[in-house]
Amino acid sequence: MHSLAVNQIIGYVFIGIGLIFDFFGVLGLVRLPDVYNRLQAATKCVTFGSAGILIGVLIYSGFTAMGFKALICAIFILLTSPVSAHAIARAAHRSGIKLTDKTIIDLYQEDKKN
Amino acid sequence: MKVIRWLIGLIIILAFLIINFVVFTEIPFNYKLINILLFCSLFVLIRVVMGPTVADRIVAIDILGILIIGVCAILAISLDRSFYIDIGIAWGLQSFIGSLALAKFMEGRSLDA
Repeated sequence: MHSLAVNQIIGYVFIGIGLIFDFFGVLGLVRLPDVYNRLQAATKCVTFGSAGILIGVLIYSGFTAMGFKALICAIFILLTSPVSAHAIARAAHRSGIKLTDKTIIDLYQEDKKN
Repeated sequence: MKVIRWLIGLIIILAFLIINFVVFTEIPFNYKLINILLFCSLFVLIRVVMGPTVADRIVAIDILGILIIGVCAILAISLDRSFYIDIGIAWGLQSFIGSLALAKFMEGRSLDA
């Protein structure tokens, strides 16, 4: 491999951390027993997975057109993905999808009864 | 039984890593990074097919969109074209609106209330 500059090395480090977060989030999406647990593991893909990759692209390419577009895309993902995750969890609980058998407390169900 | 499932998963992941990083040496390094994300999206497609409820499939499609944004970002730096991130921004918009609409539809309400 040809020699890299310092900002490119730091960018590749960020991209590698993002790839590791993506992989373990997807592993949790396959492995965990419940919709809510899967959602809790899968939103880790967003907040440091793909956002980390985009920040790595920003550091790699500097403040060019590519870097600003990556920054805009990262901010957009960080703002919108928790909203959609919350909407999915709320809709799943309200439409009566059962929790797993190992659940010990369900505060939202008790809150809806009152 | 549980140990056998763990071993099968571990063998699949290790085989992918060895084939990706050791066997094929003449592929450029960025494409190997893209291969990792495509392997992850294979897991997501397993959840889309096998998911027992509707909410599982909606979560999996949402995460598939996020992974595709990462693929677009790495493609942009590997080919040195900046319009791939535009594809990522548009894909993020559509994925957000689609997830919200599907969540409201699953809850049983209409879209304007």
